[in-house]
Amino acid sequence: MRPAPPEKRELTTLPRFSDKVFRGVVTGGGLSSLVILGLIFAFLAYQGYSVLRSQGIHFITGSKWQIVQDAAGNVDYTQTKFGIAAMLIGTMLCSIIAVVIAVPISVLSALFLTFYAPPLVKRIMVAVVDLMAAFPSILFGLWGFFILMPSVEYWAKLIHKYFGFIPIFKLEAPVVTRSPFVAGVVLAVMIIPIITSISREIFSQTPLDRVQAAYALGATRWAMIRAVALPYGRSGIVGGAMLGLGRAMGETVAVYTVLNIIYQVNWHVLLGAGGNVASMILLKFGEAGPQEIKALMAAGLVLFLLTLLVNSLADFVVKRTGVKGR
Amino acid sequence: MTIIAKPQKPWASSRKQRVTSAGVILAALISTYVFVAITPLKGKLAYFAVFFLVFILYDFLYHTRIFGVQSGKDAIARGFVAMGIFVATLPIVSILVTVFNRGSGGLHWGLFTHDMTVNSVNDPINQGGLLHALTGTFTLVAIALVISLPIGLLTALYLTEIRGRFSGPIKFLVQAMSGVPSIVAGLFILAAIVYPVTKSYSGFMGALALTILMIPTIARTAEEVLLLIPNELREAGVALGGTQWRTVAMVVVPAARSGLVTAVILGIARVAGETAPIVLLTGGGDRVNPNPFKGPMGSLPFYIWKSFSVGTPESITRAWAGIFVLLVIVLVLFVCARLLTERRNN
Repeated sequence: MRPAPPEKRELTTLPRFSDKVFRGVVTGGGLSSLVILGLIFAFLAYQGYSVLRSQGIHFITGSKWQIVQDAAGNVDYTQTKFGIAAMLIGTMLCSIIAVVIAVPISVLSALFLTFYAPPLVKRIMVAVVDLMAAFPSILFGLWGFFILMPSVEYWAKLIHKYFGFIPIFKLEAPVVTRSPFVAGVVLAVMIIPIITSISREIFSQTPLDRVQAAYALGATRWAMIRAVALPYGRSGIVGGAMLGLGRAMGETVAVYTVLNIIYQVNWHVLLGAGGNVASMILLKFGEAGPQEIKALMAAGLVLFLLTLLVNSLADFVVKRTGVKGR
Repeated sequence: MTIIAKPQKPWASSRKQRVTSAGVILAALISTYVFVAITPLKGKLAYFAVFFLVFILYDFLYHTRIFGVQSGKDAIARGFVAMGIFVATLPIVSILVTVFNRGSGGLHWGLFTHDMTVNSVNDPINQGGLLHALTGTFTLVAIALVISLPIGLLTALYLTEIRGRFSGPIKFLVQAMSGVPSIVAGLFILAAIVYPVTKSYSGFMGALALTILMIPTIARTAEEVLLLIPNELREAGVALGGTQWRTVAMVVVPAARSGLVTAVILGIARVAGETAPIVLLTGGGDRVNPNPFKGPMGSLPFYIWKSFSVGTPESITRAWAGIFVLLVIVLVLFVCARLLTERRNN
């Protein structure tokens, strides 16, 4: 007697149980970034809520940070003022200086790495630039403080001497040490690798047929870059610059190390007084009372939203690269 | 008789061209020296700027004269591009030289066997050490890695294997998360856990903040690596009757192993020197503390930070020595990551 044929297997397109679990777990893990970002927002908003409500819009537009205590030593909430405008301006000033310095240098380096460098030099230089992006910020802080600052002070004096008539370069007091300009230069050094590697990636995607077409028409290398590479990579460069801006705005330790943090509105980039939101949080945190801690949380929330906004815009701009072209 | 054509390289510069371009550089050098000597411009910056401008001018004139104005413009662009890469790499050379010069003075073997329990940062440099900082950093990074590796890997798997409805938004969110300032990560742990729950600083809190910074690095690198795995491998796995879970666990992830190690290394390098959240959260003790859940925990960034803030000559030497050790760690990690990537690409 022949053995009985095995029972017919059930054919189905339904996923197995193990796959259901797998897909569930992976989707859960994938949503973690959403959860974490949401939690950051929720908790900072929760802790900073009372300050944000009592200060209202003045938290962003005001530039006074004073905690008034009555005779018994209790905090007088009607007089106490928290406004981070001074530090927001400082943040903007430092990071814009950084981007203005870093973008030309980075774009030129990216052009060198993509179109000029021989393969071996290119490999080494790319590694060097990537390495620089991995350096911890405290290293940049110390290096900036001890090595870069003396030179930058000298540059600042030169700028003041020859361009002092421009309002932003005016000096009311002859103090150029630890100014926003110095912080901007240190931040520029920190974001050069970021902008360089993004621009390099964009340039290396330049369609080869267009490059060769330009050469075939007799273009020199510069003519090719101007006619093909720069138009193609323009939005990528803008996106990279904005990513650098986001990084510069959130930088804490390097700015704290080189900048003379004084709580005042200072538009004069060469004057040795200023600050940014992140370093202010670090500075005030040490001796802050409960109410001030809440204000610092609210300041952190503002910084978080600001960097989130800049990063999202940058992401959006970078993604658009190559969609349009010539 | 056969004639073998001699390979020619018409694009390579001839001997005459090389001599002339060396001549241009030499002429620029001499002019710079003379210019700085006779005008009131002085200093390194003057030499650099004048040499750069004079060189570009000479190069422009030479090329315009020989090949025409288009070639002259090309020469200007070449000069600027060369300056760009020079200025971009100058800081890294300066940083490496500085750290080596200033840090090597503070190095001694005791650094790796002593902590700062009985010493202050102002003591002579050959007393006390980094042991507490090294063990602390190791503990912090290990905890952060244990938490963020699964999360980062799952995120990457979602983006490459499942490719569900949320792929676009999640990619965007991971990108956004990598831009979160480190101090905000510190404040978040403070607001969410330290103040409401534990009410005390500890190494674990610092590690949690580092996790937030580590996840996006791991997720993005892992995603890039998993995308490189050829689709045929996945199809082969499914064709052999494997479920998706078996295919991913036994085919895709093992194939991407060395890339995932790179992701881990880059993640560690990203957080090992992170200072701001550590200063907010760990409390920074001076003795070796094996328990991350209780008591302050020292770490390399905190040690550097503290020594630098004190500001005496001894303490600043200590800070540089700490930076030296930290930089060596980052360099080693980075070189490992590079070697793994190169090997994979070959």
